[in-house]
Amino acid sequence: MNAVTSLPVMMPASAEIFLAIAGMVLLMIGVFRGESSLRFLSYATIATFAVAAILVVTQGGGGEAFYGLFVSEGFAQFAKILILIGSAFAVLLSRDYLVREQAGRFEFPILILFATLGMLMMVSANDLMSLYMSLELQSLSLYVMASIRRDTLKATEAGLKYFVLGALSSGMLLYGCSMIYGFAGTTSFTGLAAVFAAQTGVVPLGLVIGIVFLIAGLAFKVSAVPFHMWTPDVYEGAPTPVTALFAVAPKIAALALFVRAMMDPFADLIGSWQQVLVFVSIASMGLGALGALVQTNIKRLMAYSSIGHMGYLLVGIAAGNQAGVTGVMLYLATYIFMNVGTFAMILAMRRDGRLVEEIGDLAGLSKTHPMMALALMIFMFSMAGIPPLAGFFGKWYVFMAAVDAGLFGLAVIGILTSVIGAFYYLRIIKIMYFDEATQPLDDAVSQDLRVILYGSAVVTVLFVLFISPVYDAAKVAAISLVGA
Amino acid sequence: MLEDWLLTLVTFLPLVGVGFILITTRGDEEEASTAAKQMALLTTGCVFLLSLLIWVNFDATTADFQLVKRIEWIPGSSISYHVGVDGISMWFVLLSTFLTPICILASWDAIKTRVREYMIAFLVLETMMVGMFVSLDILLFYVFFEGVLIPMFLIIGVWGGANRVYAAFKFFLYTLTGSVLMLVAILTMYGIAGTTDIPRLMEAGFSPDLQFWLWLAFFASFAVKVPMWPVHTWLPDAHVEAPTAGSVILAGVLLKMGGYGFLRFSIPMFPDASAYFAPLIFGLSVVAVIYTSLVALVQKDMKKLIAYSSIAHMGFVTIGMFTMTTQGVEGSIFQMLSHGIVSGALFLCVGVVYDRMHTREIDAYGGLANNMPRYALVFMVFMMASVGLPGTSGFVGEILILVGAFQASTWLAALTATGLILGAAYMLYLYRRVIFGALEKDSLKALVDLNRREIAIFAPLLILVFWMGIYPSTFLDLMAVSVDNLITNYTVALGEAAGPALAAK
Repeated sequence: MNAVTSLPVMMPASAEIFLAIAGMVLLMIGVFRGESSLRFLSYATIATFAVAAILVVTQGGGGEAFYGLFVSEGFAQFAKILILIGSAFAVLLSRDYLVREQAGRFEFPILILFATLGMLMMVSANDLMSLYMSLELQSLSLYVMASIRRDTLKATEAGLKYFVLGALSSGMLLYGCSMIYGFAGTTSFTGLAAVFAAQTGVVPLGLVIGIVFLIAGLAFKVSAVPFHMWTPDVYEGAPTPVTALFAVAPKIAALALFVRAMMDPFADLIGSWQQVLVFVSIASMGLGALGALVQTNIKRLMAYSSIGHMGYLLVGIAAGNQAGVTGVMLYLATYIFMNVGTFAMILAMRRDGRLVEEIGDLAGLSKTHPMMALALMIFMFSMAGIPPLAGFFGKWYVFMAAVDAGLFGLAVIGILTSVIGAFYYLRIIKIMYFDEATQPLDDAVSQDLRVILYGSAVVTVLFVLFISPVYDAAKVAAISLVGA
Repeated sequence: MLEDWLLTLVTFLPLVGVGFILITTRGDEEEASTAAKQMALLTTGCVFLLSLLIWVNFDATTADFQLVKRIEWIPGSSISYHVGVDGISMWFVLLSTFLTPICILASWDAIKTRVREYMIAFLVLETMMVGMFVSLDILLFYVFFEGVLIPMFLIIGVWGGANRVYAAFKFFLYTLTGSVLMLVAILTMYGIAGTTDIPRLMEAGFSPDLQFWLWLAFFASFAVKVPMWPVHTWLPDAHVEAPTAGSVILAGVLLKMGGYGFLRFSIPMFPDASAYFAPLIFGLSVVAVIYTSLVALVQKDMKKLIAYSSIAHMGFVTIGMFTMTTQGVEGSIFQMLSHGIVSGALFLCVGVVYDRMHTREIDAYGGLANNMPRYALVFMVFMMASVGLPGTSGFVGEILILVGAFQASTWLAALTATGLILGAAYMLYLYRRVIFGALEKDSLKALVDLNRREIAIFAPLLILVFWMGIYPSTFLDLMAVSVDNLITNYTVALGEAAGPALAAK
């Protein structure tokens, strides 16, 4: 049987295959037409994402491909749609920046495209080997992107830091994988799940070590404490549109992968990993909230904010039930818009044509740019989890799962850290609304940024009316992974 | 048809006003401000008139929720948009819709910067307040309950006094800390009962052990909101720094959210825990009544004095409702309504002189009776109502609460009653220093008496104070059935819990 090449079996991976081919074609176009093709390539990349999204949606129930290395089901489809949305926004956000900063390189959208391809593969990885390969495809593209402005010291430093620490975490991940393989005798998720389901008695210590190393590697990718150290530096150092990308799509992919790894092969070993995740989650929520209190650079602040958000999302995974996965998916759906909107705002922060990044630069924004201030205020309240904004409902569902799973301590601590977190979000609102303007920001904000900023704000506010369809989709996705 | 949608309309009509303000008021700063003010007044006026229809349509013979509307919201988790009123919540809806247009009028000249945003904040606030009182779904309730923080934070922070940032943060973080603990309790209840529907949660019958924790979590939220001693410290700061209208809403409606929460959640859903913790409530409330009254005596700032008096009066309220007697509970609801109007009016009285003098120092005033006789009269009525003079609304609430407290414990009643004496002391002392005496200070001589707008603001408040004081049955009759139902259910639930224990004897 020539199963690999026969078309139907590859169908679950149709979106990835399409992205790979499109990426190579666009790369060729870029190589031959040079820098002038940037504009075309940006739009072509977004169009590619749109087509990929359609392919994801229309593939129906999904299934396995490549001898079970790759799996696509409702869960993967949901995560892929979110990733494609996040990446498309990142391309859109970068256009204005690349033109203004004269940093336009045609590789930029192509790299996003390949990183996205890696992310989609991550979500569908059904084997420790495909997990590692897709993770590296994504990471390598992102390392390059972090230092794409190789003429600036900050960006190269950020890229190097990211690379070295990323390589370390990949090493840990690989080590964990090899331990797991050693004790279980298979790398396939399906095979691992079968082995652990049949296993009785004490879990071998080596296996637990392997899982912990795997969790450490994944925690690095989602920037959860104690593997978060790279985040603030990379967020600050990388060019802002790259940071905007980092904050959304890779986080979604890594979390989806995290969810799959914990809930699929290791579901029966929940006793061994739940404690680890509870710790990582509490530490992330706590450090995210406390670390952000003293930041003055808004990109660094967003780094701590994302560490905190990862903590909340890990609450859903730590719960280890279907409600938790549903919560994580719904949370991610709201997370995209809050983050993309905030980064659109950060990209719009220019004074005398130059980007500024200090929180203090927002002073008096509500008088000089009332609509932009309103939009940023909405994102801040939403991230703080204040209803009726979108961010609240993500928290509602992940904490509901934690309470369902009996993790009251985690829920109480998590929810109290959200109060501390509220303080620094409020600080930004305070600076915009209560402080007097020192020097107003520039008026000229590109159309792209405006549309994204206001669009995301509207979504964040009106999400309350449309929770039901998102919730239903997230629930279907979760059921497809862990059962009802 | 209208009855079905009446509550929804009352809740969300202010948002329509927000839309109009956003769309129509453009261009010239001056014109835009005036247009925004008019639009806000028109909207809140319409909302108030509509809310009177709730009263008209209300059936006082049943304790069931009325004017109920239920729409699927998140069917996947059996959460719905469910609104309705009973004899308790209806009054708070009316209180909110009544005070909001007054606040808009009170801000007419006082607010000079960013008027459009101010009016929008107030309209959003009205939606949140009304929505909170009509919610029959606990998630919906929580959404509105927390949502109130957003406009109030901005109202204090943007249009407040010198120390407004500190006050706004303190207000926000204090209340948020309390409410997030309630959120965990809500999640737990949802996990057990599988529903967020309030009427169904009332019948869920949580185990006494669990009630203990749930009650404490809800207490964390409501005690901060009421506010009860010792978590009251945000209130004086918030009141002092908030603009006049902000103080009115804060004292008039926001504090009632805590009292309402006890009546809607703590007592009916956790009856065993409520009985268990009643002495704690009594203890904290008595401390609040006596201690904050004493603190009020030494205040130099008028608003701070009234803020402390609010804490004392809300102490009465919490005592009344946890006596679980008809008089006590009716008295506490009545006292909340009365306090909403009277303390709101007192803040407006402070606002009148503050607008003219831009100081709230008591020492800066004196002898105002000479050149502001109308003001002196109005101030006197509200001051007397706050003290609880018979014939004013304050008396009815306080006497009912004392009667209720007397049935629970004579000592409790005695200690509570000292609050009345101290209340009279600090209010009369304030009044003497501001209104009586010789008009010596030059800056005060030029002060003009109440203008027509101010009279228009105070007139409805005066009428209500006397109406509630002279013929309280209008109000008490409509809440009677709901209150009886509350107490009956409470007694039955306690009886069930105590039944086996008694049988064992």
